[in-house]
Formats: sequence, structure tokens, C-alpha cells
Amino acid sequence: MNTSGTTALGYSWADLIVGGALLAALAGLLTLITHHAAFAPESGSVSLAWSNLPLDALFSWLRMLAAYVLSLGFAVVYAYQAAFNSRAERYLIPILDVLQSIPILSFLPAVLLLFIALFPGSSLGPNLASVVLIFTSQVWNMVFGLYNGFITIPQDLRETARSLGLTRWQRFRTLELPYAMHGLVWNSMMSWAGGWFFLMAAEMFSLGNKSYQLQGLGTFLQTAANQGNWLAEWLGLATLVAVIVLMDQLVFRPVLAWSEKFKMETVGGEPARSAVLRVVRRSALLAAFSDRVWAPISEWSDRRFRPRARRRPRPAIASGLGLLRTLLVGASVVAAVAVFRDAVHLLSTAWPAWRMVLLATGATLARVAISLAISVGWTVPVGVAVGLNRRLAQKLTPLIQIAASVPATALFPSVVALLLHLEGGLNVSAIVLMVLGTQWYILFNVIAGASAIPEDLKEASRLFHLDGWQKWRTLILPAIYPYLITGLITASGGAWNASIVAEYVSFQGHVHHVFGVGCLISQSALDGHFGLLLLSTASLAATVVLVNRLVWRRLYREAADRYSLQ
Amino acid sequence: MARATPLPAAGDTLVRLLGVSKTYAQPDGYDIRVLEDITLDFHPGEFVALLGPSGSGKSTLLRIVTGLQEPSYGTVLYRGRPVTGPNLKAAMVFQSFALYPWLTVAQNVELGLAAKGVPAAVRRERTSRLVELIGLDGYEDAFPKELSGGMRQRVGFARALAVEPELLCMDEPFSALDFLTAENLRSELLDLWLDQKIPTQSILMVTHGIEEAVFMADRIVILSKNPARVVADLSVPLPHPRNRKAPEFTQLVDQVYKVVTGWDETPEARQEEARAEAAGERPRLKPLPSGHLSMLTGLLELVADRGGRDDLYRLGSELLLEVDDLLPVTDTAELFHLAEVQEGDLILTDLGRQFCEAENPERHAIIHAELMHIPIFRLILRVLDSKANRSMVKEFFNDILEEHFSVNDAEAQLRTAIYWGRYADLFHYDPDTETLYLPEPDPEDEASSAPG
Repeated sequence: MNTSGTTALGYSWADLIVGGALLAALAGLLTLITHHAAFAPESGSVSLAWSNLPLDALFSWLRMLAAYVLSLGFAVVYAYQAAFNSRAERYLIPILDVLQSIPILSFLPAVLLLFIALFPGSSLGPNLASVVLIFTSQVWNMVFGLYNGFITIPQDLRETARSLGLTRWQRFRTLELPYAMHGLVWNSMMSWAGGWFFLMAAEMFSLGNKSYQLQGLGTFLQTAANQGNWLAEWLGLATLVAVIVLMDQLVFRPVLAWSEKFKMETVGGEPARSAVLRVVRRSALLAAFSDRVWAPISEWSDRRFRPRARRRPRPAIASGLGLLRTLLVGASVVAAVAVFRDAVHLLSTAWPAWRMVLLATGATLARVAISLAISVGWTVPVGVAVGLNRRLAQKLTPLIQIAASVPATALFPSVVALLLHLEGGLNVSAIVLMVLGTQWYILFNVIAGASAIPEDLKEASRLFHLDGWQKWRTLILPAIYPYLITGLITASGGAWNASIVAEYVSFQGHVHHVFGVGCLISQSALDGHFGLLLLSTASLAATVVLVNRLVWRRLYREAADRYSLQ
Repeated sequence: MARATPLPAAGDTLVRLLGVSKTYAQPDGYDIRVLEDITLDFHPGEFVALLGPSGSGKSTLLRIVTGLQEPSYGTVLYRGRPVTGPNLKAAMVFQSFALYPWLTVAQNVELGLAAKGVPAAVRRERTSRLVELIGLDGYEDAFPKELSGGMRQRVGFARALAVEPELLCMDEPFSALDFLTAENLRSELLDLWLDQKIPTQSILMVTHGIEEAVFMADRIVILSKNPARVVADLSVPLPHPRNRKAPEFTQLVDQVYKVVTGWDETPEARQEEARAEAAGERPRLKPLPSGHLSMLTGLLELVADRGGRDDLYRLGSELLLEVDDLLPVTDTAELFHLAEVQEGDLILTDLGRQFCEAENPERHAIIHAELMHIPIFRLILRVLDSKANRSMVKEFFNDILEEHFSVNDAEAQLRTAIYWGRYADLFHYDPDTETLYLPEPDPEDEASSAPG
């Protein structure tokens, strides 16, 4: 279920234009808002009373849900356009590539200022800002997942729909969405995990000298860590894990089992099962719902979206799509002007700033590389051992899943507390956070790869008495290679994102930071140095996109060509 | 028996194709033409089989008839009206069944009716009638995954027939099924059609099975390859039910075999070749047949054991090979001058006999010598030989081939070339670096051919 690696696109000049335009739009928004905003920061004292925990959890969960619904809607519209409108595809996919490499905190000032300007003096502003921040950490891989689903619909299924004369809506309802459903469910699970990861950053933030705290688990955890209240910290953590496990058991397992029916063929592997789903399916309530509510709604929607007899063409501005297009063209013109202005502005930034940003990017790159190396170092032997041993796998998998579901950011304060006093402590703890956040992607993929090694290949290597290193070299490493690469691609994206929270920590009233581009972004976002924020965001995004194109995509293609067992 | 169909009055034609051609644009500007000037009429009451080798564009033609694809040139008329967009009076049955796995059998069958806006009650009623007719009763709530191939294709038929199409189009509907299931389904479909239990007025079936075409159709249209032209249009006057063992039947099959195995020798193709030569155009590379060398060896040995000559139709049915699988092999044999196809028979040449009696090294040598005469291999060797390091990346040859073939075909051609070249030890190929190279000839030559 990786995201960026599977879309096969070459280099394109569109990347440059689009990247520039996005940054310019961000900059434009910033300048626009900062010039007339006068807002009152909302900050209250945070209570660490245990009795607040259920309500905190509920608030956080509702924010996540709102962000997820927003992501879902956005992903469907965006992916549909990208997949079925070839003119739009040329721009939408590069835009997405750039957007997903922009870290959450870079959006913070713009989003926060916008919503506070829209709802001055109300708690709605920061809350909406928080939802949008979570949205930016959830949405991109869902778009990629849906897009990949849409574009891989087999020719014959599409021809069936056309030859039977299904309307566009019916095609979407009966073919396109169902086909992409399984991938969508997987990506939704990943999106929720990503949302939890940034929950703390999205609930408690400051801008300039004003700080905002929203009631929720993220704020609770961060406040507890700041005050050094370890009991509260661990209680908050336990609550968070409980919420995640509940979500997994009551929502994701059943939905995943349900989505099995959207797979084209059941190829190998146990189909996912869920007791909850079985109970729900057998209930009379659901049957009644599907007969009385769902079926009539589908019928109604078919009629509603039936294209009526040809209408007279209306001027472009009068139709919704035409209006949208006009707006987009207008926005691009504004963006182009802003690009030019900001390019001049950025170029006039003193050379030391440039040098610092580039060096910082290099430092973060090194940390990302080290953390990936550490993750590979321990996950490959463990993952292979688990994957090759079915009984061990059955016992360990649920444990690993729970361990993986704990957002590394929630553990981070404890890690910092432990390592802070060592020589180069924050450097080490930054890498530890990156490892904590990303190792699971690699581990899960390695396990999947090792358990997919065909029995006959294993028997052959036993027959030839291949042992130790020889067996690894000839059988195991080639067999897990494509899976390893898939895991690494996702992990690398996660590590870059984690650098934002890993390199700049506010802890027990002190700010600890270590030189890196993530630190620059956090610092400039919180201090309101928008020029520096823009510069470091651009540097980070460009590096991530370049690494994706030059390293991961190549490795992925090579892995798919050469080592895939199909 | 072959007759050119005169164009009858438009009143009794269902579909009329007028000069239909299809080209696929290539990025490098060399367009690939798959259909060339096809003019055909299909009439109500006809069961027509479109027969042609794989890659002959017959499926494309079927999609143009149904309006799923547009012709590059020419017109399609349905009941006298030009077809633009999918023709809702035509329904399609696919080789791969193309069922929606997340819908039950009943929901799949209802799909076309829902598209037409038929109310749910009517839909259910019609579906249950059809499900019974097609022999699916009891399976309404099953998902396609739970069904065998034969049952799945029944759903495919039911879904197509549910919209009561005037024209039923079938794209190799039986080729994904095992022999017995296919036979069973064929006769059931024929029963429905002959007894007029379905309101279908005309059936158009794409197939590469000659026997299947003769068994089912009233008329067989034979297409050539690269690009597809109509090479013959035969009527099948045999009454139903047809007996595959009857002499009239086998005679007709044999006749079709002769046309099919001679389809690259159409007068048009020869004319075109002569024209190009006269005009001094750069010769186009001829495509290599995709014959497997082990199959070639086996086939030649079998024919040698039978005195060096055997009937292709009989060989095919003995080996359970459709003509589509057999032809690339016989084409390869002809290309290597090991055998010739005459009047539907495969006849070994002297070289072919020598090949059959030889041991492996000598066989490789024979193929080696033959490959040296084939333009693609001469080109590859010339390039490799002229390079100081005697090697060249695969893309280079791919680019050359893409000027002559479509992107996919170019890749397939190069794959075949590499496979044969390796077999005959003509050159080597390193899949890691994707490089073709010549083996070092002699140690003392090494100094002169050191990488530069």
C-alpha cells in the first residue's frame, strides 16, 4: 500500500511550476492575512485531571473524524479528476507529489491565521485550524490510493459499463468506487495512524508569542510531559492506545473484512475475518437498512444523476464546472505573479540564510538515512524470522500491531527525558523518534515478503543444503526485496515528516533543538519568520521529491521488474 | 466457395461497415495500422464468425461495431444511422467474462437494466426469467468468485441478454473455458439462438478457433494480419445440428484452414510489397513469428516420423492446439526454411530433415546459419561488431524496432530476437545491465577489442 512509488511518472517541468505556484500561493495567503489580522489567542490552563481523559479522547477523536471525512471527500474528487481527466492529470499528480512532501507545520501559520481571521475571538477558529492540520497529514496517501485504484480498472470492466450504457454516476457507484475500495480502506487505516502521529502538533501550537491549546488527548499528553507529570503522561498514553485499539477492532477490522468482497480475486493468504462484521451482517437491523434505506437511496441517486435531455449550452461561468475552471485559471494567474515576486524575494535573501537552509537539509537527510539504516538493520532479521515461522507469526502479529499503533510522538517526551542529558542527546533522540515512527512500515512489509516465499523455493534451498549467508543471498534477500523497497518508501516519507517534531522539542518549559531543516521549519513557523519558513519548506519539499524520483522510484521499478515472484 | 458479398439494399442490413480503418498513433510518428479498409454488411438472422490470427485486430473490429471504439477512417452504420458512442442495441460478451466481483449474480445481470432506468420490480422479474433460461437458478445470490468458469460465462451471457440486444457481440466467449464446458455452452447458446428463445436478431462472434466457427456460424469472415483485411467471406450452408465428424464438416474446416494458413499471401500484400520495392522505400522489417523453439523441434520431429508431410488441421487437433498457437510455430519453420506450408499441409524441406536427424550442437548451427539471413539479426550483429566494446544496450535496438512496430510489438520482437540469438549462440544478453554483447572471440584478439 505504498503511495508515491507506484505512480509511474517521469520528470516533468510541471513539477517546477506547480511547486513554485503552491509556495507562492502559501506566501500570498500569509502576507494577505498577516496584514490585517488582529486576533486574540485563546489559551486556557490545561487540567491534568484523570476524569477529563474520556472527554479529551472524544474531542480528539471527533477532530480526527472531521479531518477524515474532509480527506475522504477531497480524495474522491481529486483522484477522480486526476484519473479520468487526462488534461487535469498532467497537473494534479505533480501537485500531489509536492503537497505530500510539505510537512504539516509548514501549513500551520497560513491555516491558523486564516481561520482565526474568519472566526475572530471564537474557539471555532483554532479548532477548524486543527482539523485542517490533521487533514494535511491524512489526505495525500488516500488520494494516491484512490487514484491508483481508478487507473488500474481493467479495460473489459470499463467496456462493460460503457456498452451497457451506465451513466457516469452509476459507473462511479458500481464500478469505479468499488474497484478502488480495498485500497481506500487500507489507506484510510494508514491515514488515521498518520493523524494520531501529528495529534500533539495539531492540538497545541503557538504562533509568535501566542499559544493555543485545544482540549484533547494531544494537549493532555504534551502538557503532562511539559510539567514532568509522568503518571498523567502514561495514563494519557494508555487512553490513546485504548482508543486506537478500539478503533481497530470495532471499525477497521470489520471494514477491512467487508472490503474483501471488492478484491478482484482472492489470491493466496487468509482473507481478513472479523467477528464484529459477522454479527453486524447477521443482524436483522442491517438487512432492513439495506432494503428500506440503502436500496431506495441508490435508486433515487440513479434517477437524480441521470443526464437529462441535452440542455442548451450555457456560458462557462454559469455552470459549476465552468465557474471552477475560471476560478482555477484566475488563481493560476495570481499564483504566477506571486511566484515571480517571491522568487525575487527569496533570491534577495542573504546567502547565509540559503547556506544555512541547505546545510540543515543535509543534516536532516543524514538523520533520515541513519534512521532508515537502523530500522532495516533490526526489522529484516526479525521480520524474516517471523515471516518464515507461521506459528510465531500468529502469536506475535497482534502484539506488533498494537506496538505499531502507538504514535511515536506520544512516546517522544519519555525518550527525550531519558536521553537529554547524554552527550548529543537530542541528536540521538531525534533519530530514535524517526526510527520509532517508521520502523513498522518496514517490519510489516518484510514479514509479508518472507511469508510469501513459495514453499517449493524453500524446499529447493533445503535440498541444495543452502545454509546461513548463502540462503540469505540466494533466496531470502531477493524474495523480500520488493517488499523491503515498498516499506522503505513509506518509511522514508514518514521519517522526513517526523523531523519536524523530532528536531525541535519543547519540554519541561525549555526548548531543545538540534540543527536540521525540521527544526528550522518548526522554529520559523512558531516565531513567524515566514521568509525562512518558506525557504526551508521549499528546500525540504524539493529534497523529498528529488529523493523519491531519483532513488525510490528507480529501486521500486527495478524490484518490480526483476525480483517479483509473479 | 469464397464470395465477395455484394452490397444489398440498406433496408435489410443491421450493421454496415464502410471502408473502416483503424490506426494507432505512435509517439515517434510511425502510426500502426491494425484495420485496413474493411467493408462488410451484417444482416438480421445471421450468425457471423470473425476469424483471424491473434493480433489481427478482430477484437478492435468488434469494438468498432459496438461503438466502444471509433474507427480512424470510414463509417459504421447501424440500421442506416451512423454509430457514435456505445450502441445500446448491441451487447457484449467478453472472453474474460468481465463480471463485477462485488455484485451478486442477480445484480450483475440487472446492471444493464438499471442503466436503462427500468424500475426495480420489473428488473427483478426479468432477471429471474433470464437466470432460469441461462441455467443459473439457485445462484442468484452467489458472488462470481464462488462460480466456476462456465457458470461465470453464463452470467456474462445473461447480463448481455438482459437488455434484449438486437445484436449480440461475443469476443472469444469460449476460449477461457475448458473443452467440455465450452462445448456444453456452445450448444446451449445455439439452441437459444436457433429456437429463437432470445430476441437477438444477429450474432457476431470473434474467434480464432476454426472448428468453433464452422460449428456455430452461418457465415465466416476471415481476416488477415498486419493490418487486418478481409481475405475471405464464406457462407456455411450446413444444417444444424452439425456433426463434427461428417465429411462435409471436415471438408469445410480444411478449406478454411487453407485460407487461413495462406493469409499472408493475399494479392494485396504482394502488391504492396512490390510497390514499396519499386518505389525504393526503406524496407520495413518483417515481424518475427513468436514460435517457441522447443515446440518447433517437437513439431518437426513429429512430422518427420510421419514421412515428412502431415495435415495441419489434423496435427492441430491431435496436439490440442488452436490454429492460433500452431501458426507461429509453422511460420517459424518456414522462416528457417525447415518446412513449407502447402494446401494446409506441413511439408519438411531437406534442411528440415537434416535438422530432425541432427544432434543439438548441429541444430544450433543450422539455426545460427538461418538467423544470419534475417534482417533483424544482421542489424544486431552489424551494430555489435562495429562497437569497440562489442556490446550495446537493449534500448538502442528497441528504438530501432519501434520505428517498424508498435511499442508493445517492438518489445515482443526484441524478446524473441534475444531468445533466438541466445539459443543459436549468435550473441549474449546480460539482463542486469540490459546489454546485448558478442562473446570474446579469441584471447589474442582481446587487446584490439578492449573496451574503449
